[in-house]
Amino acid sequence: MSTTIPTAAEAELAVQARQAQARSPGYWAGVWRRVRRDPVTIICASILALMLLAILFAPLIAPHDPYQGSMIRRLRAIGTPNYPLGTDELGRDILTRLLYGGRLSWFMGIVPVVLAFGIGTSLGVLAGYAGGRVNMLIMRVTDVFYAFPSVLLAVAISGALGAGIFNAILSLTLVFIPQIIRVAESVTQGVRNLDFVEAARASGASGFTVVRVHVLGNVLGPIFVYATSLISVCMILASGLSFLGLGTKPPEPEWGLMLNTLRTAIYVQPWVAVLPGACIFVTSICFNLLSDGLRQAMDVKG
Amino acid sequence: MILYLLRRILYVVPIALAVGFVCFMLVQIAPGDPINAIVPPDAPQDVVEQVRRDYGLDKPLPVQFGLWLLKVVQGDLGRSLATGRPVWADLRTAIGNTLMLALVASGLGFVLGCVLGGLAGTFRGSAMDRAAVGVAVAGVSVPHYWLGMVLVVLFSVQWNLLPAMGAGPGGSSDWEWDWEHMQHLVLPAVTLSVIPMGIVTRTVRGIVAEIMNQEFVVALRGKGLRRWDVFVHVVKNAAPNALAVIGLQLGYLMGGSILVETVFSWPGTGLLLNSAIFQRDLPVLQGTILVLAMFFVALNLLVDLIQTALDPRIKRA
Repeated sequence: MSTTIPTAAEAELAVQARQAQARSPGYWAGVWRRVRRDPVTIICASILALMLLAILFAPLIAPHDPYQGSMIRRLRAIGTPNYPLGTDELGRDILTRLLYGGRLSWFMGIVPVVLAFGIGTSLGVLAGYAGGRVNMLIMRVTDVFYAFPSVLLAVAISGALGAGIFNAILSLTLVFIPQIIRVAESVTQGVRNLDFVEAARASGASGFTVVRVHVLGNVLGPIFVYATSLISVCMILASGLSFLGLGTKPPEPEWGLMLNTLRTAIYVQPWVAVLPGACIFVTSICFNLLSDGLRQAMDVKG
Repeated sequence: MILYLLRRILYVVPIALAVGFVCFMLVQIAPGDPINAIVPPDAPQDVVEQVRRDYGLDKPLPVQFGLWLLKVVQGDLGRSLATGRPVWADLRTAIGNTLMLALVASGLGFVLGCVLGGLAGTFRGSAMDRAAVGVAVAGVSVPHYWLGMVLVVLFSVQWNLLPAMGAGPGGSSDWEWDWEHMQHLVLPAVTLSVIPMGIVTRTVRGIVAEIMNQEFVVALRGKGLRRWDVFVHVVKNAAPNALAVIGLQLGYLMGGSILVETVFSWPGTGLLLNSAIFQRDLPVLQGTILVLAMFFVALNLLVDLIQTALDPRIKRA
C-alpha cells in the first residue's frame, strides 16, 4: 500500500508540518526564556500588572469617594495631608479619581484593539487565503479607510455619532480594523503557499480545516504582536477623544477627561493638572516597550 | 514607468470617490434627521420641507450623494449652522494655519529624527544608540496633548518665556513673519514634532544599520574612503525611504493636530473641528474632514511618485 510507505517528498512534508505544529511547546518555552532575560520587558510588565491591580481594587485602596467634591478644598497642592496628590477643580481627591479613572482609560484602550483583532484577523485571513475577488473586495475597502489619518477618522466618526463611551469604542475599533486586516492578509499570503499547507489541501482537507489547523497557528503570533503595539496608540487616542469631550462624559473619572477639566487649573496648580496625562504616558510607554519585547522574543519581523 | 505613473494616478480616482462617500455618510450616521444639519432646529415646518426639496434630501441616497458630490466639486461645502457663513470661507484660513504648523513640526521632527536615527544606526549597540531609541519610544508613546500642557506649564506658567495661546498677539489669526508670531508657533510645533521625530528616528536607524552592513559599504571602506564620504553614500541610499515616511507624517499631522490645536488654541482646522463638534455643526465637520482626507490622499500619491522618481531601484510597471 502506498499509504504505509511515504515517498521522500511526502516524508519531507510531514516533517515540515510537524515542525510547524510541534513548534508550540518548545517555541513558547523559548519565548518565555527570552522574555525573562529582558529586563525592560519585565519591568514594564510589572508596572502594568501593578497598575491593573490598583485600578481593579480601586474601591479598596482609594482613600475618598471619586464623585464627592467640596467647594472649600478645591485645587489643593500635591502633598496636602489626606490628599497626597491634591484635589481637582471641584475639590475631589486626585489620587482616588486617578485610580478609578484608570478603569475606563484601560477599558477604552484595550477593548477596541481586542475587537479589531477579532474582526480584522477574520477578514484579513479570509482575504489572504481566498485571494481573487474576495481579496479584491476586502482590500479595496481597507484602502479607503487607510486614506484617512487615524486620529481624523476617530474624531470624524465619534464627532458625527456624538459623545459617549460606546461611540468612542465603535470609532476606535473601526480605525484599527483596516490596520490589522493589512497585516493579517500579508502574513496569510506568506503562509498560504508553504508546502505543508498545499499538502494539506491536496490531501483533501476542507478550506476551513486548513485555515484552522495550518494557517491560523502560523499567523496568529505575528498579528497578535502587531495588535499589542496598537494598545498604546489606542490608549492615547481614547483619552484624546475624552480630552476633546467625545468619549466619557463628566463626572465619570477618566484620565483624558480629567486632563481636559483640569486644563483651566493650569495656572493655579500646574503639577496637579498634568498628573492624569502622566498616567496615560506611563501606561502607553509600558505597553509599547512590552510589545517591542514580545516582538523580539517571538522573533516576529517587521 | 509612464504606464505605472498613469495607473497610480488613475487609481486615486476611485479612492477619492470612496473617501468622499465616507464623508458624505458622516452626516447620515449622525443621530437625527440629516435635514437638521442644514436648517436650524427652530425653523418653521414649511421652510424645512422647502429646504428638503431644494437639497434633494427627499431623493434616494445614491442620488443625494451625486448631488452632494456635484456641489463639492464646484467648491461648495455648504454653510455653517453656527455662523451661517460658507464652510469654505472659514476653512481656507484654518487650513493655512494648520499647514504651517504641520510643516514646521514635521520639518523639525525630520531633522531631529535623521540626526538621532543616523547616529543610532551608525553606532549600533552603543549608549548613543540606546538613548536615541529611548527618545524615539517616548516620542511615539507620549500623549502629545499632555506634552503640550507640560510645555505650557514649564515655558509659560513657570518661566514666562513663551505665549501659551493663539497664533499671534491679541488672538489674531492672520499670520505674519515676525518674532511676535513666531513665538506663538514654538510650543505647538515642538509638541507636534515629537511623533514624527520618534518615527523617523526608528526608520532611519533601521535603514542606516541595514545599509552599513551591505557589501558596497564594506567595499567603500575597503577602498579607503573616509567616514564622511561613506556617510554620504549611506544617506543617498536612505533618503527615499526617510522622505516617504516624513511625507506621510506630514499628512498625519495635518489630520491629527486637532488635539494640539485645542491645547494651544491654534486657529487651524483642529480648532475648527473642535468647535464644530461642540456646536454639532455637521456641515463644518464634514467639510473639514473631507478637505483634510483629500489632502492626505493627494499627499500619499505625491510621496509615491517622488519615491519612484528618486529611487531607480523601484521599477514599477
